[in-house]
Amino acid sequence: MSKMHIKFRLNGQEVEGLAEPRMLLIHFLRENLKVTGPHIGCETSHCGACTVDMGGKSVKSCTVFACQADGAEITTIEGLTNPDGTLGVLQEMFREHHGLQCGFCTPGMITRAHRLLQENPTPTEEEVRFGISGNLCRCTGYQNIVKAILAAAEQLNSHKEAAE
Amino acid sequence: MKDEVQSPEERSATLKGMGCSRKRVEDVRFTQGRGNYVDDIKLDGMLTGDFVRSPYAHARVLSIDTEAALAVPGVLAVLTAKDLEPLGLHWMPTLAGDKQMVLADGKVLFQGQEVAYVVATDRYAAADGVAAVEVDYEDLPVVTDPFKAMDPDAPVLREDLAGQTEGAHGPRRHHNHIFTWEQGDKAATEAVLAEADVVAEEMVYYHRTHPMPLETCGCVASMDKVTGKLTLWGTFQAPHAVRTVASLISGIAEHNIRVISPDIGGGFGNKVGVYPGYVCSIVASIVTGKPVKWVESRMDNLMSTAFARDYWMQGKIAATKEGRITGLWCHTTADHGGFDACADPTKFPAGFMNICTGSYDIPVAYLAVDGVYTNKAPGGVAYRCSFRVTEAAYFIERMIEVLAIKLNMDAAELRRINFIRKEQFPYQSALGWEYDSGDYHTAWEKALNAVGYDGLRREQAERLEAFKRGETRKLIGIGLTHFTEIVGAGPVKNCDILGLGMFDSCEIRIHPTGSAIARLGTISQGQGHATTFAQIIASEIGIPADDITLEEGDTDTAPYGLGTYGSRSTPVAGAATAMAARKIRAKAQMIAAYLLEVHDDDVEFDVDRFVVKGAPERFKTMKEIAFASYNQAIPGVEPGLEAVSYYDPPNMTYPFGAYICVMEIDVDTGEHAVRSFYALDDCGTRINPMIIEGQVHGGATEGYAIAMGQEIAYDEMGNHKTATLMDFFVPTAWETPHYTTDFTVTPSPHHPIGAKGVGESPNVGSVPCFSNAVHDAFRPFGLVQSHMPHDHWRIWKIAEDLGLHV
Amino acid sequence: MIPAGFEYHRPADLASAVDILRAHGDEARVVAGGHSLIPMMKLRMADLRHLIDLQAIGALKGITIAEGTATLGAMTTQHELIENADLAAAIPLLREAALQIADPQVRYMGTVGGNVANGDPGNDMPGLMQCLDARFELYGAEGTRQVAARDFYEAAYFTARSDLEILTKILIPVPASGTGYAYAKQKRKIGDYATAAAAVLIGSDGASVAMTNLSDTPVWSEEAGTALASGDIEGCVAAMLAAIDPQEDMRGPIAFKKHVAAVILRRAIDSALSRRA
Repeated sequence: MSKMHIKFRLNGQEVEGLAEPRMLLIHFLRENLKVTGPHIGCETSHCGACTVDMGGKSVKSCTVFACQADGAEITTIEGLTNPDGTLGVLQEMFREHHGLQCGFCTPGMITRAHRLLQENPTPTEEEVRFGISGNLCRCTGYQNIVKAILAAAEQLNSHKEAAE
Repeated sequence: MKDEVQSPEERSATLKGMGCSRKRVEDVRFTQGRGNYVDDIKLDGMLTGDFVRSPYAHARVLSIDTEAALAVPGVLAVLTAKDLEPLGLHWMPTLAGDKQMVLADGKVLFQGQEVAYVVATDRYAAADGVAAVEVDYEDLPVVTDPFKAMDPDAPVLREDLAGQTEGAHGPRRHHNHIFTWEQGDKAATEAVLAEADVVAEEMVYYHRTHPMPLETCGCVASMDKVTGKLTLWGTFQAPHAVRTVASLISGIAEHNIRVISPDIGGGFGNKVGVYPGYVCSIVASIVTGKPVKWVESRMDNLMSTAFARDYWMQGKIAATKEGRITGLWCHTTADHGGFDACADPTKFPAGFMNICTGSYDIPVAYLAVDGVYTNKAPGGVAYRCSFRVTEAAYFIERMIEVLAIKLNMDAAELRRINFIRKEQFPYQSALGWEYDSGDYHTAWEKALNAVGYDGLRREQAERLEAFKRGETRKLIGIGLTHFTEIVGAGPVKNCDILGLGMFDSCEIRIHPTGSAIARLGTISQGQGHATTFAQIIASEIGIPADDITLEEGDTDTAPYGLGTYGSRSTPVAGAATAMAARKIRAKAQMIAAYLLEVHDDDVEFDVDRFVVKGAPERFKTMKEIAFASYNQAIPGVEPGLEAVSYYDPPNMTYPFGAYICVMEIDVDTGEHAVRSFYALDDCGTRINPMIIEGQVHGGATEGYAIAMGQEIAYDEMGNHKTATLMDFFVPTAWETPHYTTDFTVTPSPHHPIGAKGVGESPNVGSVPCFSNAVHDAFRPFGLVQSHMPHDHWRIWKIAEDLGLHV
Repeated sequence: MIPAGFEYHRPADLASAVDILRAHGDEARVVAGGHSLIPMMKLRMADLRHLIDLQAIGALKGITIAEGTATLGAMTTQHELIENADLAAAIPLLREAALQIADPQVRYMGTVGGNVANGDPGNDMPGLMQCLDARFELYGAEGTRQVAARDFYEAAYFTARSDLEILTKILIPVPASGTGYAYAKQKRKIGDYATAAAAVLIGSDGASVAMTNLSDTPVWSEEAGTALASGDIEGCVAAMLAAIDPQEDMRGPIAFKKHVAAVILRRAIDSALSRRA
């Protein structure tokens, strides 16, 4: 199959490359663009390790072809660090509350939590658990992940109040 | 100086040493997606390997046609057993003293077995190549039941063993028999059983499951033909052992092999073994002269690289009518699959199953384990478990419940009257272990009080009455467990893997400015070693943990060690770390004394310095001592400040815990809801409470999955029925219970810092706890034993069989 | 888990999409959210040479409610359906069911059109649409036609849609206000298909009952609806049990599924009755 020219915005930058139509977005990100934050955990869209933010949606990039993302706006975990290189609030709260162990699910988990808090800035514990139910973690038992996301929500809201 | 006005407590806090919930140093990378896992490795010209796998569970391989595959664009080579045979690599030794096909040699023994290895420019071309390989099979009768495998006329699975009546662990009495392992006193136990007031007998099955770390297994092999050096990156829980094994089976000199375990996305025992993918990747790199990557898919992972458990444990427990246990008998049939690739210390073909007397003072016991071949994947790994401790704990904690039913006793009380008492430690168990320390009664009472046990029983009884009156269809189950682990393998005198003693190691170097690097023979897979081992050093020698770099996993730089599994890192490598630190401290003491112009014995260690006894204003900080070691010629002392320790533990450690679960069960649908889960762990000295709590949450969640739905299932044709995450149960945040953690501290008397290890306790303890809760809900209706996993339909079946559906 | 090669098309309008379908026959497939098709392609169980991505076709998007009918463009995602307040007010059953489908990420991508058109007996929307008496609009070379959801499903993965047609819209009659509704689903975990699921509507002028993943097609039973409308809950359950034909799988044996089907149906009925105004 001939390769296609694929172009999209990734973490605020225009990126492009050539790929066979059948190339999955996760492989295009990881192999062609060397963006290795999103991981591959199951390949059947169950685990969420490959989650990226595409056009304001949390998307499992193992179940999207790169060509389908042509023209899209994509954010990965690499785009959630503050511009000055310090940890973003979610990243910091995951560290603060021990919301990760092996780190393999973490990029997808934080990317998903980022979108969740955009849509629901004041979630309950139940809403957080439901909202991250597309992401599997084998290490933490989720309890500290939930704690970290709730803490991040609180901090983001107090930042917002302070700014107002 | 500001420093001088700081109290010892303040100085100690600055160190972030043992006992503090130090934030993890690993997380700055991981939270930004800057981890470096095997699949992140990209090398110039790197190729990809992928397997053709058998669709049959038992078949003869008549022919393999690779012509079409070789014509696929991007495919460079297709390896079959015929290609590996001249190198002697078509079979490989297993960790259990058996051998395993690397690629199908004439036949296949399980569905998903590796048949051919396609090497291509990328994973897409490799997959096309795999699809184009044509294999002609002749199917053979399949055996999936380990009991039927021992029938006299059962199909012969391992034709390569024809006529071999002696196996790696003694005589074989049948063509599908692997070993019989016996422990304890059979005659004495049978005598006790014959005369006991009460004997409870039950078959306890711990089903087949899989560790399923979120990252699958994989490697990158790179043979540099110029230097003759092979570098192998991989998801290895035991990188040094992999190097030695790779050298022994490939013939490449060990100094020419460098094994690197980069970041590992969870292991849980899955990444201890040596898999055909590693061997084929090495061969492919040698053949092509290019680096070759192999990363298995999730289906490959669930079907071929390892499994855990699959123990059929027939038990008999004898007691007086007052409930004092007098003897325990167990015969286990162990389903090992097509090859015996269990990861156990050599002398323990059934691991530490002989810890199955648990937390109880049982005067006599007997254990026999028969290992059996079937048409299933090989493995038998220690899934978050110290070599079959999980099976042992499940067995005894079920047998206690079964006995409680027989005696019509409360199971909490039955445990209480049979616990090994505090003053009995060190305790010699009937099956040969010396428990180092414990205080079970204190932990038990603390746990029962914390959950309000008596109140829970009253509530349960009220619910039962309401159920009988037809006012509710939900029952309450209270799950109890008191487990004793055996971890920290282990003393070299009885623990080795392939002849390699199971010591571990740490090397510490102090830099001139007072910071340090430490290297260990272990490898973290999420346990946070870079954080916790630095805390040990910080407390031992007074250098802030933040000033200590920790490295593991590179066999060219780290001291030799047996790796991370079986909760052995803290008990063994943690001890090595403390011992290496103490060597440094001893040398620092000599330097400090010299600088302070007093005798060595006249200075003493004080948090981060040596002070002159009785004159605390006269001291040298570790920073000053470090610099002095590099810039002053101190008579009788070598320059520099570094040490290495290879620690051979004198005994195992015996962590324990008391877990209590309250579960609501829907009798009509088999659904359940965990209302509360209380976990008290005693892992001896606590290095980092935050990390301990995280380990308990994670281990209990794995235990929840295993008890309540997770299984590796086959149909009668040997077809794998649970090869994706649709059917292999891994709970999400939604299903996962909330945990309350607690602790007592009973230090290990023989460990330098008294630590015992904790990573696996919650998996060992939670599985019987969840399972006991299910059983307990139905106890009033006569349920004695029902096998896991307790998924919806199996719970429904319990209720159906008990006539609770009208 | 690597799909075989194909050519990718992203037509801007329906006519172009159908032209591509016609040009390539059964070698072409349309993709909406892709969360059913792409996993099949990765397993190499879906064999196609041309993939037609519908994302750029504006006519397939949007939710409108007018004259007693809610019209959902086929490319409406589950997430959009859940977030649409007007739709949730008009047909709360839809939102209740959609929240029980898959997981958040899959709901962002998964479309209502894909869910109903694929013919997968595990999908929730087909039974739901039968309960609601929805109609599906199909666009092909011959123009458009409508098929009732209750007539659409023939067997697993076989529907009334021809290979050369594209499902464009779902038209759902808005139930009268005060209609009791419920979607009840038993599943092993988030992301699982139903062990049993029931969609129930109970209004003043009738009732409708459908169930999911208990046969090779969704099961809507007129008899069950009639019984329920007359207040005969046991008759409704009995009619439904006679209509389903579950198969054993990892969720459990047939007897279990039949038992659970009745329990879940009763729960949905109880819930719907409690909501009826």
